[in-house]
Amino acid sequence: MNSEVIENTLTIRDLKLWYGDFEALHGINLDIQKGKVTAFIGPSGCGKSTFLRTLNRMNDRIPSCRTEGEILLNGQNIYDPSVDVVQLRTYIGMVFQKPNPFPKSIYENIAYAPRIHGMVKDGPEMDELVESALKRASIWNEVKDKLHQPGTALSGGQQQRLCIARTIAVKPKVILMDEPCSALDPIATAKIEELMDELKEEYTIVIVTHNMQQAARVSDYTAYFYLGDLVEYADTHTIFTAPTHQKTEDYITGRFG
Amino acid sequence: MSQPEIFTDARMRKRMRADKRFKFYGFAAIALALAFLVFFFVDIIGKGLPAFQQAEIQVEVHYSDATMNNYNNGVDRQYKSLVSKTWLRHIPNQMRDHPELMGQNRVEWVLAENRVDQFLKGHEGHRLKEKYQKLINQMQEDGTVRLVFNSGFFTKGDSKLPENAGILASAIGSIFVLLLTMLFAVPIGVMTAIYLEEFAPDNRLTQIIEVNINNLAAIPSILYGLLGLAIFINFMGVPRSSALVGGLTLALMTLPVIIIATRAALRAVPDSIREAAYGLGASKLQVTWHHVLPLAMPGILTGSIIGLAQAMGETAPLLIVGMMAYIPEAPDSIFEATTVLPAQIYTWSSESLRAFEERTAAGIMILLAVLLTLNAVAVKFRNRSENTW
Repeated sequence: MNSEVIENTLTIRDLKLWYGDFEALHGINLDIQKGKVTAFIGPSGCGKSTFLRTLNRMNDRIPSCRTEGEILLNGQNIYDPSVDVVQLRTYIGMVFQKPNPFPKSIYENIAYAPRIHGMVKDGPEMDELVESALKRASIWNEVKDKLHQPGTALSGGQQQRLCIARTIAVKPKVILMDEPCSALDPIATAKIEELMDELKEEYTIVIVTHNMQQAARVSDYTAYFYLGDLVEYADTHTIFTAPTHQKTEDYITGRFG
Repeated sequence: MSQPEIFTDARMRKRMRADKRFKFYGFAAIALALAFLVFFFVDIIGKGLPAFQQAEIQVEVHYSDATMNNYNNGVDRQYKSLVSKTWLRHIPNQMRDHPELMGQNRVEWVLAENRVDQFLKGHEGHRLKEKYQKLINQMQEDGTVRLVFNSGFFTKGDSKLPENAGILASAIGSIFVLLLTMLFAVPIGVMTAIYLEEFAPDNRLTQIIEVNINNLAAIPSILYGLLGLAIFINFMGVPRSSALVGGLTLALMTLPVIIIATRAALRAVPDSIREAAYGLGASKLQVTWHHVLPLAMPGILTGSIIGLAQAMGETAPLLIVGMMAYIPEAPDSIFEATTVLPAQIYTWSSESLRAFEERTAAGIMILLAVLLTLNAVAVKFRNRSENTW
């Protein structure tokens, strides 16, 4: 790994996860770097999405799911009983595979989370926050004249950028993206990728993707998962040009997966 | 043979005949069902419509001391059997309320007796005596007998005299009972469903609860009457025959329906909406309250309305808690003896007088109209819920 000193945002130590009796993750160790894009790749069922969801405890919703190990956010274990999941998720936001705007107006989609967290009051302040979030997600120009129309009426790519804007509005430090482009066409995908490039200056981004070209294009670091193990983790250039493991090479060259 | 072989193939023709037969069976089934429905409506409406008219006759009314002592002196002897007894009995009261009437003889349109009413409407079995038939025919020529809109049907309670019987008491009773049912069943049912669907862990206990709720929705409604009798009347001491006990009993019966409908509506809300809200740091309460419930609301309302409509038409459990009673006055409170529309219909249907038959049918028409309205509202909500998210 790089020799320069990099501040870690998330440190994962020996993380194991079970769905009932099935062990889905076998002791993951990983440091996610601040202000970078980290991509998780691997064949279907390798645990990369599961792992992503442990980072903001979305897997808490699955009753049979159980974890062991530590995920340290600025030195604090997020699985500690004293951690408030609600606060954790404002710190680590999430964008999902299928665009899932609320069936409310575009404005309400953005304003909802800041309102429930008491970040700003309704009125000019909120208008400003909505505008800046939409601008940040480069969708402002497309929706500024129809802020009070339903978010669900937008195209798939626009909906996904609306979801990103919605996440940004909470001002998280980390944004998790679970295959954010898998339901989108190439043009919409290109826009999202461009957006990720801009956003990484301000946010730490973790993305799960099936698309290796996408991982190569957008990420600074890449982690290759296989059957619940982290096989290899290095900067993206190294992974795609000189992988250490045979399995990684087989996967990225398309011989497998 | 101009057609190519493929279209005349024997197997092909056989298959097409089978298709046609299948289609015909479906059509025949629907036609039969429709025929029953039409027959039912024609029968009920044919019998019930005349009840919305009521015979009146024009007679001279004597407001005198003699009448004050004996109301039979209120009209001339020959008309005494033609006017309604209820009306006759009421004359002294009216004189007490309006002393200025004393000593006057006024020609008035008054409520006719039910046999006159039936005779005028041309019904068999009117049982009007020959001499009175002649008198009525004579009066018809003079224009001193008429059929007018039966406003009494909507403004009076039950009576043993059909010309004086109306649905007001039972309609008000139905409204009381339905409101109480709604008050008890909807909040409890919806909260139960929310808990089971959004909060409860998926374990043996919740599975047992779920199976039992589904079973409860299917058990005969009369059992709820027995349950209501045992719990509300015998144990909790709720007054018998009251709207309160009726409402509570019907709430028990409606609960499973509302729970099942609400759970289905909650389950229909896509999980992606919940994930989106959780991902933004919303708490469980906020996710449920701000996102899931509003989306499930049309479904919940539809289920509740259908459950309440079912409760409104229910008779069996109310029989057990004593609501199948003769109630001439609309209740003033939920603790007084009350009856409901379907119970009123049942009471009338067991009366022997011919004039009650048309009132029974008219009562059914009113009940059907209310139920159809409720179901139409439910369908409207359901259609509104078919939006995209």
